[in-house]
Amino acid sequence: MEITPHAEGELPIEPSVINMGPSHPAMHGNIHIKLTLDGERVRDAEVNIGYLHRGFEKECEAHCWQQIFPYTDRLNYVSPMLNNVGWALAVEKLLGVTAPERAQYLRVIVGEIARICDHLTYLAAQVMEMGAFTPYFYLMKGRDWLWDMLEEISGARLTHSYVRIGGVAWDLPEGVKEKTLEILPKVEGILDEVDHLMTRNRIFLDRMEGIAVISGEEAVGYSWTGPCLRASGVDYDVRKAAPYLVYDRMDFEIPICSTGDNLARYLVRLEEVRQSRRIIEQALAQLPAGPVLLDDRRVTLPPKAATYNTIEDMIAHFKLVVDGICPPKGEVYSYTEAGNGELGFYIVSDGTGRPVKVRCRPPCFMGMAALSRLIKGHLIADIIPTFDTINMIGGECDR
Amino acid sequence: MGLEFTTGRLADAVNWARKFSLFQYPFVTACCAMEYMALWGPRYDVARFGAEFPRFSPRQADMLMIVGTVSERNAPVLRRIYEQICEPKWVIAFGVCASSGGFYQNYAVTPGIDHVIPVDVYIPGCPPRPEAVLDALVMLQERIQNGEGWSQRQYRLDQERARLGLAEGSRP
Amino acid sequence: MSRLALEKLKERFPQAVLDTHDFRHDETAIVATESLKEICRFLRDDPELRFDMLTDATAVDYLLDPARTAPRFEVVYHLYSTSKRRRLRLKVQVGTPEAGRAERAGSGANPSEGDRAGEPEVDSLCELWPIANWLEREIWDMYGLRFRGHPELRRILLYEEFVGHPLRKDYPKDKRQPLVRRPEPEIAEVLARRGRARSLGDGTSPAEKR
Repeated sequence: MEITPHAEGELPIEPSVINMGPSHPAMHGNIHIKLTLDGERVRDAEVNIGYLHRGFEKECEAHCWQQIFPYTDRLNYVSPMLNNVGWALAVEKLLGVTAPERAQYLRVIVGEIARICDHLTYLAAQVMEMGAFTPYFYLMKGRDWLWDMLEEISGARLTHSYVRIGGVAWDLPEGVKEKTLEILPKVEGILDEVDHLMTRNRIFLDRMEGIAVISGEEAVGYSWTGPCLRASGVDYDVRKAAPYLVYDRMDFEIPICSTGDNLARYLVRLEEVRQSRRIIEQALAQLPAGPVLLDDRRVTLPPKAATYNTIEDMIAHFKLVVDGICPPKGEVYSYTEAGNGELGFYIVSDGTGRPVKVRCRPPCFMGMAALSRLIKGHLIADIIPTFDTINMIGGECDR
Repeated sequence: MGLEFTTGRLADAVNWARKFSLFQYPFVTACCAMEYMALWGPRYDVARFGAEFPRFSPRQADMLMIVGTVSERNAPVLRRIYEQICEPKWVIAFGVCASSGGFYQNYAVTPGIDHVIPVDVYIPGCPPRPEAVLDALVMLQERIQNGEGWSQRQYRLDQERARLGLAEGSRP
Repeated sequence: MSRLALEKLKERFPQAVLDTHDFRHDETAIVATESLKEICRFLRDDPELRFDMLTDATAVDYLLDPARTAPRFEVVYHLYSTSKRRRLRLKVQVGTPEAGRAERAGSGANPSEGDRAGEPEVDSLCELWPIANWLEREIWDMYGLRFRGHPELRRILLYEEFVGHPLRKDYPKDKRQPLVRRPEPEIAEVLARRGRARSLGDGTSPAEKR
């Protein structure tokens, strides 16, 4: 360890190296940061990820296209619906099909509910790890209400696997539309309470404002996307830049902040929840009647009655389950706006029922790549809020 | 109120105190963490069971709760943390990934943490509902009361070996 | 995506652009490996194109494609221009064709064990985009492709003790390399008595030893 003189007439300083993680309460799962400290100040940081590497890509190569949905649920596990939607869109792009209109609206609705859940969870973790416990309980209450809605729609609180290639699994149950419209104002009320408690709080501002600033150009160099990039002033949201599903019919805004510090990333996500609520309400109002699954035997399973009674549908069912959907040979890159940014799926098909390659382009991996640059020069206490604002989700970052 | 009466045996009283004051060390990795967070929330409220507050140092904890998938890279970390927790200690495997590897049967994932540390209660589910976790917690509390936890049994085995004058680790 | 980018590329680097396609409107260019860095610099700095974001970089292993004559691996880069809202996919093909054919025929040393001949090299793009540092480390980790000029080419998702590159097609999916010697003797006995001792497939399980 080199001993460097601090300044003229002062004692020489030996930097200390300590480990933060991998098992650490604020490390959102397991991240290992090797800190070289000069007192409380971080001189250098080496970020080691990969403690939750679960072999997503290798598993996908061994499964059929439609069997991959549960694996995508567990990528960004705070907003599983958004990953499901992203995967379905990728395979549909490869196949060259489009889901029916009602299914597209339903995908937007459940996707935006998932986005709200993602941001609520981010908020809960952010404030709790800075020592404010109260908003955590309020936000968990709100998230549980939303999970009740998702449970009514899909059957599961967390790992839904609701979306299918060619549409969604089934239609909305009765009463869900009204209940969702009732719950959304209550969730926004909770958000207002948390906003009221935190955003102008002296301690919160001291810990967030002006910390870990990154400029727009640098963020683009690190391939940042999503709320973190928009907090640095770059106007890029896949829903507006390259609209997919029915986002071009929705009236909503993209919050952008120019300062690029922790507070900016927090404010952008806060405002995105309100915009997501607008989208859900519009989508529920515009929801058209119609089927929720494409009627194409190369892609979707036939209804059960038909499978049991007609030979063609039974064969179609058999082929789809045993061989899997067989898309044409080729490669596509399909991207959607997930909770953390541009979630991309690059898939290569050789014409069989199993993919040759499935690559998930994880938005928070890019965030983590910049983490060491963000925390250098700051105090240890600044690491936690900075790490929280990147919203690293282990399942997505390490896959 | 529901005060439980001790039967006059000190061990029962001590176990009663242990079961209602579990300090968890949450070894949180993956998606089950979301249900774990919901468990702390106001609706499912694990505080009613006395197991509320996590202690983020293994020295101060007595229950290791492995929440989520343990990759092969994480297994030595887990082992080390388990060894640092003082006796008596209990282990809950939260979720199928911790119990058996879940549906990640590949090069990267430990196929169940019982390949690395002894487990007292397994909670299946992907992720398990918070009600299932509370059920498992109550099950663990019953085991603690009856002295059936792994480390409690090991302690009794060690006592037997000492009494019979046998070497450590041998079968009494 | 971006037809303009493909045209400008073909105009500026006629020899280096080996092939192009736009399957499902994803403009793609396969370029010569030696010219990769120059092409990327052009794409990033040209005022009409301005591909300032390296959205993603990954590799694909075509070992199991029987009809393929091109080299075994493809490194795939996705570029995006935030100002022009355009995308482009660049691919380079690495791994000598002879080695690829030999591997497919099942002869020769198993490159998954990490010998030099089985580690094709590509120029690193770390100078152009900082994110390339981590993206290339992941490609090295999963596929064993080296990047010339990378400051710190080491594993990122797996541990250093891991031997081999798991996303290669000849690495079996469930070949584990556990770090913790297991099972511990007491646990192994209990598991065996309860009939739950599982085979790890590598001959170390006590159930197999009995």
